[in-house]
Amino acid sequence: MDMILHILIHVPLVTALVLLLLRDPRQVRLAALLGSALQLVISLVLLWGYRAERKAGNTAQMLFESMHEWYPSLGINYHVGVDGIAVAMILLTAIVVLCGILFSWNVQQQPKEFFFLIVFLSAGAYGFFISLDLFLMFFFLELAVIPKYLLIAIWGSGKKVYSANKLALMLMGGSALVLVGLLGMYYSAGNTFDLMKIAEAGIPPGLQSLLFPMIFIGFGVFTAMFPFHTWAPDGHSSAPTAASMFLAGISMKLGGYGCLRVATYLMPEAAQQYSWLIIVLASIAILYGAFATMMQKDLKYINAYSSVSHCGFVLLGIGMLTTTAVAGAIMQMVSHGLMTALFFAAIGMIYERTHTRQVGELGGLLKTLPFISVVIFIAGLCSLGLPGLSGFVAEMTVFVGSWQNPGAFHRTATIIGCASIVVTAVYILRALGASVMGPIRNEGYLRLQDAAWNEKLASAILILAILAIGFAPFWLTDLVMPDSQLIMNKIIGGVSP
Amino acid sequence: MNMDFFILMKSELILTVIIFILLILKIGEGIRDNAVLMHIANGLLLLNFIAGFFMNREGALFSGMFVTNDVLSLEKNILNFGTLLVSLQAFDWLKNHKHLLEFYLLLLSTLLGMFFMISSQNFLMFYLGLELSAIPLAALVNFDLERPRSSEAAFKMIISSAFASAISLFGISLLYGTTGTLDFAYMADYLHGSELQLFAFIMVFAGFAFKLSAVPFHLWTADVYEGAPAPITAYLSVISKAAMVFVLITVLGGLFRDLEGMWYNVLYLSIIVTIVVGNLFAIRQQNIKRFLAFSSITQVGYILLGLSAGNETGFSSAIYFLIVYLFSNLAAFGVVTLVSAATGKEGIDDYKGFYSTNPMLALVMALALFSLAGIPPTAGFFGKMFLVTAGAGKGNYLLIAIAALNMVVSLYYYLRVVKAMFVDKSESPIAKLEGSLMSGLSLAICMAGIIVTGFVSGLFEYIVSLFIKV
Repeated sequence: MDMILHILIHVPLVTALVLLLLRDPRQVRLAALLGSALQLVISLVLLWGYRAERKAGNTAQMLFESMHEWYPSLGINYHVGVDGIAVAMILLTAIVVLCGILFSWNVQQQPKEFFFLIVFLSAGAYGFFISLDLFLMFFFLELAVIPKYLLIAIWGSGKKVYSANKLALMLMGGSALVLVGLLGMYYSAGNTFDLMKIAEAGIPPGLQSLLFPMIFIGFGVFTAMFPFHTWAPDGHSSAPTAASMFLAGISMKLGGYGCLRVATYLMPEAAQQYSWLIIVLASIAILYGAFATMMQKDLKYINAYSSVSHCGFVLLGIGMLTTTAVAGAIMQMVSHGLMTALFFAAIGMIYERTHTRQVGELGGLLKTLPFISVVIFIAGLCSLGLPGLSGFVAEMTVFVGSWQNPGAFHRTATIIGCASIVVTAVYILRALGASVMGPIRNEGYLRLQDAAWNEKLASAILILAILAIGFAPFWLTDLVMPDSQLIMNKIIGGVSP
Repeated sequence: MNMDFFILMKSELILTVIIFILLILKIGEGIRDNAVLMHIANGLLLLNFIAGFFMNREGALFSGMFVTNDVLSLEKNILNFGTLLVSLQAFDWLKNHKHLLEFYLLLLSTLLGMFFMISSQNFLMFYLGLELSAIPLAALVNFDLERPRSSEAAFKMIISSAFASAISLFGISLLYGTTGTLDFAYMADYLHGSELQLFAFIMVFAGFAFKLSAVPFHLWTADVYEGAPAPITAYLSVISKAAMVFVLITVLGGLFRDLEGMWYNVLYLSIIVTIVVGNLFAIRQQNIKRFLAFSSITQVGYILLGLSAGNETGFSSAIYFLIVYLFSNLAAFGVVTLVSAATGKEGIDDYKGFYSTNPMLALVMALALFSLAGIPPTAGFFGKMFLVTAGAGKGNYLLIAIAALNMVVSLYYYLRVVKAMFVDKSESPIAKLEGSLMSGLSLAICMAGIIVTGFVSGLFEYIVSLFIKV
């Protein structure tokens, strides 16, 4: 079991190399599928192993830890390990990548390069979630930027070059801010990038209030924090299906995870100091995202703006600084990752068949594409927080956690967050009603083919995961709650509200 | 005179012998086949490179004018290796050139000048090396005699280079005036940071900045890079810059060590303007050689950022970055050389659709550009990170933030070229190129360097250990 994290990071790299050697497009996609399926199996084994260790009474903060010296003179190590939060994120990544590859099964243009970039991207995400060395983490964070640019610029649609440039530059800008913050922590903690050592050494509060905004905003760009969200709608809507799924499903979670693990965990005093600002920005993102979605006509833009709103809940949970709210934020990351991947996949399937994403031009799809219509409906219902699906569980946890804070300010923010669900219901039901229900607008739609085996399989996996969280949230709560508690203990000093 | 002389000066002596061998070949006119001559020259350079790893000793000659130690030997080896790569890349260009041997004589003379410059511990010796390295370079820039642009570039180069030397000399004379010696070892004792010495330092540094093409002394760079033959541009942008950085390491870390508070401010200003101006100009370029010229100006800014740390980490990271930069820039110039030798096209727009016709070369170019931009997993990421990490040691977060945000700007223009190659479609893309084995070999070495040097920490740790030993 100790080797599992090494295997986890090496499988996608080896898969990517194998893809480079293959020539036949069919072999390429098969290899990509096998590699990502294997990765899902490894992630499930990791989950099982993690739970077994915890049951056996292992209370170490990080499990399966291993460390090798890399650049000893600079204090840079290859240091990996996971806690419950990371395990949840790794599982999410494995599911979304596998489904993304299934949905891109029939990509025609340069399939080898396409699958190579997707697999390469996933390596960046896995590496990011398991890193316990900030240099290593930063390495993987940046590793995942350029493949996104190429995926959007080459395989995208619409104003793809503009969107790809905007995304790459904004994300790099975010990581530049993170870099400055990391270097500040590096020197303050005595020339080490090690996360655990920095946590132990502590950073002087004065320096914290300088570095915290940089790191939080830097990672906030990745998670589309208001007002740094503008890359998200353009990027998501121009990207090919699998890239949209990855972007919204995983890439935005890199930011949330970083905000929590690096900014909040390592700089607890500053987290308290700035929590009001995080809450204000998150509330704006929630409301602004929801209202902006109301105005959209393009299905991808609808989901992209609603992602801004939903990721606002993640930041709201982190800003509220209670154990329940933070756990809710993590659950919202997982839930939103699955839901938005399913949503983008369904939109991709519709677009592939009808060649339009405009709500006004679609209609009556339920009659001709029953499977796909049901899929998009499930995604939509999950998005608006229907009980029994994962969105409800996650958002409820965030709200309960937020409400634990006394005081008018926190309660107002919570009420604003709750109120946005009404808006969500309006735009989701309106968009789906117009595009899926109603009369058939275009005669050509009668001849459309419903989902193929690969699409059915991928949708089934995602829906299963969403239902699993919706009906039995305990396995996820058990996974993330102790570690959220740990992070909060550091901030509040052992007292949990 | 004993064996010390031969061992301590072995790089210089071997290089001189190589120059004489080539000279005799030229006079004898025994071998008329250019390819054979180039193989001989490359083989000799390779020998000198290998010899550079053995019998490295610390010591001084000529009453302390010439010193050598492990770090200096490594620096010379880096220059030698880079020259070898440039020579391999020049194969396609020179195989039918009638002045082949003159090329090598001039090239190796500049290299010899750089060796002396690096090893000098006395301003006289330093100036000798500087001029020996500068004047043949101007001749090399004008090596394609029939191209008027080359003549113009060479003229610009020799004038600005002479101007820079004059400024340096003025600074040196002021230093001599305040200390009464030209010897680094004695001069260091008399440097106390008086206003005249500050002025003298700025003058000397300005001369250096000319060679480094740091802003505001960069104005010659783009024109010369554009006018010179592509392999010479590669040599100018990598080898001659690297030599100057090595001298700076010696000077800042040795001679001016006690005046760190003074030179840090000079460097601080220089870093900011170099990075920002280099970036802003690079965005607008249409010619790929001019584009690489401005991108290399920006890279110099980052190197200075590493040097500004003024400690072992800073100097080691600068040397490490130069190795990475050598691989990356020579890979980019290798592709440019191939394209320009075969088609004469040098515009960024000419590279549209390059991936569809020359996938391997496009990949090489993309990896090289990503390495220059500092994108993982290329070695450039590690190089930049170490420079910035070292520079942050002074606690100057404003400077670090400016440097980090400028990486974003630079990414924009590197992506422009990547976009032209991979995304854009062209009606007349560059046809499939057939490069020689030699240029293929040099590109393969560069690729291996870009991919391996970052992950394998041995190289960087080796450089650090050399610094600790010295």
